[in-house]
Parts: sequence; C-alpha cells; structure tokens
Amino acid sequence: MTDILLIALAMTLLYMSIADRLQTYLYILVLQGLILFGTTYLTLTDVSTLNLLLVLLETIVFKAIAVPWFMNYLIKRNKITRVTEPYLPNFVSLIIVTLIIVSTIILSGSIEDKNLDKTFFVVALSTLFTGLYLVVSRKKIISHVVGYLVIENGVFVLSLAIGNEMPMLLNLGIMLDIFASVLILGVFFNKIGDVIRDPDVNLLTNLKD
Amino acid sequence: MVSIGLILNRNAVVNYLLVVGYLALLITTTVYEYINQGITQLVYFTSDSLGLLMLIAMTIVSIPAFYYGYRFIATRNDAPHARGLFFAAMVMLITSCCMAYLSNHIAVTWIFVEITTLSASVLIYHNRSMRALEGVWKYVFLCAISITFIYIGILFLSLSLKSAGVGEMSFKVLYENHHNLNVFWLKLAFLFIFTGFTAKMGLVPMYTAGIDAKDKAPAPAGALLASVLMNVGFVGIYRVYAIVAHTPLKGWANSVIIIVGLLSVFVAAVYMTRIKNIKRLFAYSGIEHMGLVVLGLAAGGVGVYAAILHIILHTFIKPTLFFQFNQIYTIYQSKSVYDLGNYFRYYKTGAFVVLLGFLSATAMPPSGLFVSEFMIFQSLFQSHYVVLLVVVLLLLTLIIWGFGVNIFKLLFTPTGQINEDKLPYISPWESLPQFVLLALSVYLAYNPPAEFVVLIQESVKLVQ
Repeated sequence: MTDILLIALAMTLLYMSIADRLQTYLYILVLQGLILFGTTYLTLTDVSTLNLLLVLLETIVFKAIAVPWFMNYLIKRNKITRVTEPYLPNFVSLIIVTLIIVSTIILSGSIEDKNLDKTFFVVALSTLFTGLYLVVSRKKIISHVVGYLVIENGVFVLSLAIGNEMPMLLNLGIMLDIFASVLILGVFFNKIGDVIRDPDVNLLTNLKD
Repeated sequence: MVSIGLILNRNAVVNYLLVVGYLALLITTTVYEYINQGITQLVYFTSDSLGLLMLIAMTIVSIPAFYYGYRFIATRNDAPHARGLFFAAMVMLITSCCMAYLSNHIAVTWIFVEITTLSASVLIYHNRSMRALEGVWKYVFLCAISITFIYIGILFLSLSLKSAGVGEMSFKVLYENHHNLNVFWLKLAFLFIFTGFTAKMGLVPMYTAGIDAKDKAPAPAGALLASVLMNVGFVGIYRVYAIVAHTPLKGWANSVIIIVGLLSVFVAAVYMTRIKNIKRLFAYSGIEHMGLVVLGLAAGGVGVYAAILHIILHTFIKPTLFFQFNQIYTIYQSKSVYDLGNYFRYYKTGAFVVLLGFLSATAMPPSGLFVSEFMIFQSLFQSHYVVLLVVVLLLLTLIIWGFGVNIFKLLFTPTGQINEDKLPYISPWESLPQFVLLALSVYLAYNPPAEFVVLIQESVKLVQ
C-alpha cells in the first residue's frame, strides 16, 4: 500500500511538469499533502502516538490545507496571471522529469544497503530533483515557491524512511517545513505583493555585477 | 528576551539601555564559557576550543558593531518600530551565532543556522526599498534551499550511523564511532552538508545570496554578515570535516574542498577586477579569504592551524572595512567607485583606515593575514599542490590589482562630483574602534598570547 502511494506521488510529478495553470499546481500540492498523510500513517508504526499525531497534523493541516489555501489567496490578491510561464515547452519538461525518475531508479539500483527502503529513496530523490527543476525552469516567483514546496515534500519522504528509528529527525523536518514556508510565504511574499503588483521574477534582476 | 523587549519598546533610551545590557550579558557569557572550558551545559552546548575562539572573536566584533549600529540609526529618521526591529535582529543574529558555535549536536547547529537566516533577512530588509526586497528574497530563498540541503545531509548521516548501531547524533558520538560509519552514506552526507553550509560561509556553489545580502544590509549589519555569520558556516563545515577526516574518505573530501576553494578564489578574482561597487568589493574579498581558508584546511599539516588563524584575523579585518563604509557613505552618498575619490582630503582618519584595511585585507605585511596566508601557502607546498599554489598566487595578484585600483581611486583621485562646502564633519574619534580592530589582528598574528595558540592547537586536534 505504501508503495502504491509513493508511486502515485511520483506520478503527480509527471503531471506537474506539464501543468499549465497555477491552480493545477495548487491542486497537485493538495494531493501530495494527502498522499504524504496516508504514507505517514502507514509507515510510522513505531513512534509514540503524540509524535505521530504531530506529523499527521503537519501533513494534513499544513501541507494539504494551509499552504495551498494561502497561495491561492496570494494569487488572487496580487492578481497574478494564471499561466505558469515555463521557459521550456511542456513536452521537453515531461521528458526531463521522466529522465530524472529513471536515473534515480538506476542510481538506487547501484546501492547495496539493506537498511534503506529503495522505493522511498527513489521517490524522495526524484521529487527533490523535480522540485529543483521546477525552480530553474519557471519564470514566476510563485512557481519558484511551488518548486521549493515540492523539494520539501521530497525531503519529507526521505525523512519518513528513517522516521521509525529517529523520530527526532522527523520533528526537525517538520520544523524545516514550517520555518521555511512561513519565512518565504508569510512574512515575505506578502511584502512582495505590497511593493510590486505583479510578482514576476524579471522585476527582481537588478542586483548583479 | 532582550530582542522581544527591543521589538515591543519604542522608546530610544530604553532601546539603547537594553542593547548595553545585552552586551554586558554577552561578555559575561563569553568569560563564563572561557572559565568553564570543555564543560557541557544545557545538554546540547559544549564550550570546546573552536567554539570558544569564534565566540571570543564575535564578542570583540559585536561591541563596535552595536556602536556603529547606533551611529547609523542616529543619522536616519527611521520609525521607532524599525529601530527596535534593527537592534532586535542584531541581538538575535549574535545570539544564534553564539549558540551555533557552541552546540555539540549537529541538529542543534542546524536549528540555529535557520534562526540566523531569519534575523539576517530582517537586517537586509531594513531599508524597505525595491533593491533591498530583491536582496532579501534571493537570500531567503537560497538559504531555505541550503538548509534543506543540510537537512538531507543530516538524514544521510543518520543512515550511515545506522550501520554503526548508534541512535545518537552528537558530534562526540560521531567522532567516537567514525570507524563504524557507512562510507557511502557518509560521502553523500558530507557532500550535502558541505554544499548547504557554503551559503553561510560564502563559498562557490551558493555564495551569491551572501553578496547581495552584505551589499543591501546596513553597513554595521553587513559587517556581522561578513564575519561572524561566515564563521558559523566554517564551524559547521569544520565539525563535519572532522568526522570525515578520520575515515578513508579524507582524500576524496580534500579534493572536493580544494576544487571549491580554488573556484571561490577564482570567482572572487573575476568579479573583483571588474565591479565598481565598493561594498560588493569588500564582500567578494570575503569570498576570496574563505576560499583560502578551506584550501588551508584541505592541505592539512600546518594549513589547518593557519586556516583557523586566518578566519579569526579575517573576523577582525573585514568588519573594519564595512564600518568605515558608513563614513564613506556619509561623505559621498554613493557606493559606486565612479563617485568616490580624494578621500584623504575629505576625511583623513578614515582614509588611513581604508589604506590600512586594504593592506590588511590583501595580506601585505605588516598585515596579520600575511602570516596565516604564508602558512597556508607553505602547507600547500608541503602537500605537493605546487600547480594549485601557482594558480592561486596568480589569482591573488589579480585580486590585489582589482582591489587596489578601486581603493586608490577612492583615496587619491580627485572627483568633481562633490560639493565641498557642505561636507559633513566626522570626528576622527569615530574611527578609533576600527584602528583597534586592525591593531588587534596584527598583534594576534605576530605576538599571539599563549592561551590563543593553545586554543587553536586544541581545535586542530579535532581533525588530526
């Protein structure tokens, strides 16, 4: 069951690579949050109930509801155009994301370590690299934030793989999620909306040498 | 606590009293930690030699930083709220750096590195302008990615610990179990943690955000970002390197570090020969020195000692230039080299600081950095990196040329842009702390107190 959920997560990445609208990104983020909720519930069998509740709350409330809702609010309030504006055509993006997934599978094949569940490793790494790819291949600042959230989801999957032995690291991961998202989205993106009406990354290119 | 007080309180006098109180607290903490060397407090903090060295250096730099912060705020008409926030962020930055130096657990270090990002972003955004916004956005985004990298590194480190059968991740346990660690995961862990910390230390893959940050932050805050915050990155890298140095991976890690160090010096050389923004010039000079520091670290032998000495002397020299920048800006109202010139005529004391600071930062004798840089070259030579040494020396020559052209333009070339009747008067005494810092760097290099040498040698033992 965990494997099915994780593979579903990898499939959302493919969909994300060809999505045209920001709204679709948000739906995918919600879906990823729900998938992570399910995976967490199935995987973390050895941690204390309180800790499990904390993690579940974080995935469902934070990843699946609060952040997408807040981004939706930002998009509406700042009147950001709804197209994602990639630098590359969707077809190329699809091929690149597929290549990322295939190469992580090949990479994980070369690792001989019985301590690690390969599925977790593959899905985590491909989510991570897809997130990085989204950051560099999209024009809008808000799509960069989406890319960063995808990276965080990937890291979360990786931390689940060792969550049973080291719950402390899992809590650290939650801290990372909350801290970085609040910093990037809450305090800061609000301000960008105040100063520039159209948060386009092209407006933030004056600082250079 | 002090910082919350600073945010809430809008009265100037109360603000300054709180800052003075904090400084007293900081000095007391430093002395206390020095007396209780090697003792673990609050479970996660140990005052070991490396942390202590950095803490002492930071305390010394933070006193003038607050003084110039006060001067900076006094010359502007900021809202009381903004003033409180500025000092609060400085207090938070210094406190979290202090905790990051002293922490004995990699996860705790990581948490405080996060907090430094938070407080630094407040400082960078102090001017509330479009450019400042851009600087802070880039800084926050890159730092968020960098701390994610460190986190992934920590996850891999825990995987490599798994085969050793240990469930605890303090540095001490990691050192003790170094022969049991799984080499493959350790390799990945080192790569990710190293890359993550380069954002703080200012090395090649992620140095860019730091440059914008130091450029956009008010100069007293920029001085902190260019010294104590870079040391946080160094401490993080050094502690992880200390684990790797005991495993068969040492040679591989050294080659990674050498590539990064060389590229950093190269990037600094490329930019310093062509940029015309004096503040960014200082920032890139920091990239060059950090490159040299890690080169010394990788060369081993006397190089490790030299690397620690180098970074501590750099902690005193670089803030001096940033502090002086405030006075330059008061006179010229610009940071472009094209608008600057004839500084000796307008403010003689400051011009001496710039000249001495330039000599110090380019490591010409009698600069303190000359000693440490010479030792780094010596160690590179001894470990048979002769080609590397020649390349680095060539790049350094380029850097001295690029730096010198701009600095001498500032000092001697007459400029027509300035209205000489309305020059603001700056008291020569205002530059006194800068002379003290420069003198301290020379003193520590040529006549180091015995305790100082012992502390560095103790830190070197971590990797050897």
